Amino acid sequence: MSSVGMAVADGLVVTKRNLLKIRRVPDVLVFSTLSPIMFVLLFTYIFGSAIPLPGVDYVDFLMAGIFAQTVVFGSSFTGTSLAEDMTKGLIDRFRSLPMARSAVLVGRTFADVGINVVSMVVMVITGLLVGWRINGTVLEALAGFGLLLLFAYSVSWLMALIGLSVRSPEVFNNASFIVIFPITFIANTFVPTNNFPTVLKVVAEWNPISALVQAVRELWGNTSPQLPPPDVWPLQHPVLYSGLWMLGLLLVFVPLSIRKYQRVAAR
Amino acid sequence: MTVAIEVSGLVKRFKRTTALDGIDLEVPEGTVLGLLGPNGAGKTTAVRIMTTLLKPDAGRATVLGLDVLRDADRVRAVIGVTGQYAAVDEYLTGFENLEMAGRLYHLPRAEVRSRARSLLEQFDLADAGDRISKTYSGGMRRRLDIAASLIARPRVLFLDEPTTGLDPRSRITMWEFIAALVGEGTTILLTTQYLEEADRLADGIAVVDHGRIIARGTADELKAQVGGERLEFTVTDAADLPVLADALSGLGLDRPNLDEANRTFSMPVSGGAGVLREALDRVADRVTVIDVGLRRPDLDDVFLTLTGRAAEVQPDGKPDERPARDRAEVTR
Ligand SMILES: Nc1ncnc2c1ncn2[C@@H]1O[C@H](COP(=O)(O)OP(=O)(O)O)[C@@H](O)[C@H]1O
Ligand SMILES: [Mg+2]
Repeated sequence: MSSVGMAVADGLVVTKRNLLKIRRVPDVLVFSTLSPIMFVLLFTYIFGSAIPLPGVDYVDFLMAGIFAQTVVFGSSFTGTSLAEDMTKGLIDRFRSLPMARSAVLVGRTFADVGINVVSMVVMVITGLLVGWRINGTVLEALAGFGLLLLFAYSVSWLMALIGLSVRSPEVFNNASFIVIFPITFIANTFVPTNNFPTVLKVVAEWNPISALVQAVRELWGNTSPQLPPPDVWPLQHPVLYSGLWMLGLLLVFVPLSIRKYQRVAAR
Repeated sequence: MTVAIEVSGLVKRFKRTTALDGIDLEVPEGTVLGLLGPNGAGKTTAVRIMTTLLKPDAGRATVLGLDVLRDADRVRAVIGVTGQYAAVDEYLTGFENLEMAGRLYHLPRAEVRSRARSLLEQFDLADAGDRISKTYSGGMRRRLDIAASLIARPRVLFLDEPTTGLDPRSRITMWEFIAALVGEGTTILLTTQYLEEADRLADGIAVVDHGRIIARGTADELKAQVGGERLEFTVTDAADLPVLADALSGLGLDRPNLDEANRTFSMPVSGGAGVLREALDRVADRVTVIDVGLRRPDLDDVFLTLTGRAAEVQPDGKPDERPARDRAEVTR
């Protein structure tokens, strides 16, 4: 078998294992879908009542932001699962098998795309129920979902490195929550950034999450001419800027994570 | 004789701990080597190096002539590894665990399936094979773990403390499974803290302590190092021990050892049952004896002789849970 063929085949074996596990422990899926439902409802009815936006319904503005936050949280599942596999000695077993070096991580990150797809479907339904509509072509709508998944996929390689380094699912969960929450909040996810204090405003404008959200909003026609993006390069070129981030994340963290995987010691 | 595992001058340090301090091993193909040592001796570290999981700081190791560093991939294809802690995926069934391992060894799908079924059968897991392994007992998980390491019929098998944590009955069952593998000609390197286990399963034994091999040979050779049989008495009252020593003076080959805490008297002797009868005659009614006997040395005695301390139990009677790191510093 060629080494690429082997990497793909082994990656799929591990993906299958991870998907089986998701099916047998559906709690993960339940919670990764319940929390976005909760966010959609809370934000739409609580913030939505207090945040009037010119030319666009708050729920339309909101959805891209919630999607972005949800898939980034979803990508952190990669880290939790790898940390768990470490503590259970499974990574040792995998490392003693003549399988492709990348397979455990590829299989993990692939399976987590599956989780994100499921929670996106649930969110689409919830969003539609509370009045969200996409005002674009089918192709543009799909491009928006694709962008979200790709972004989350590239973040999951960063999560993989952290998960292999902290080795404890609990520590990973707490740490990732503390980091992801502000990163997805100091952005245009839930409110426009115009009135942020200066420092936060600059951070928000260069935050790749903002670019991702802006790109998806534009693709879904969930913006309005009265609400133009700030005049900064990342938000004027949101697809390009978030795309560069994805590429950067993958270029840096795929090799680093695979290297880490080859060296980790369970105990 | 072909050598299946060859290790020379293996050194591994972790920060301040020297886990391996120059280990040499040679395991002929088709034999079982027992790596025997207490907690923290360096057994797992040695196994992890031999199975490509860890890089040594010095020395080299080959498996079937393949260098574990340079030919790591080819080594992995010919070995089976069962780590100290059962590495089964709890959310997969027993069958799925084996199937996954087989696929990752790149065996054809059909072969994996039939091999998985026959291994489940062989390890007495056939009925549980389609249940998720989270429901398995400790002994079942261990067996599944070993079955997974056998899926590709490895020529060399590494078993790191395969029976630690098992109840006595599961342990004996596990011994039977391992003995059966030996019958099939698999070369096995087995680590253990249990002297009885090494005695029972291994052709050759290497005793490790503080990262060094302090003795090697067959079980009988090691026992011979300790000397012959001992006469042992257990009495009701520790104050009787000197009385015993007095009564039996001149009968032994050396001075007796009096253990007040356990109220035992122990003395090297030769002459078998004759000595025992003579001893009983001399003691007669002078002290109350609970137990008396002639004991051939077992590997526990070997360990005691070699290291000056018991292998499994510390003097305070608690199992040795103290990290070896501390002990290593004390001796330095
Ligand atoms: N990853 C590690 N980091 C630091 N010290 C370690 C590590 N692994 C093992 N050690 C130390 O190396 C020594 C040998 O450990 P180990 O090989 O696990 O012994 P054994 O398997 O015989 O109980 C011990 O002192 C242990 O604390
Ligand atoms: Mg060990």
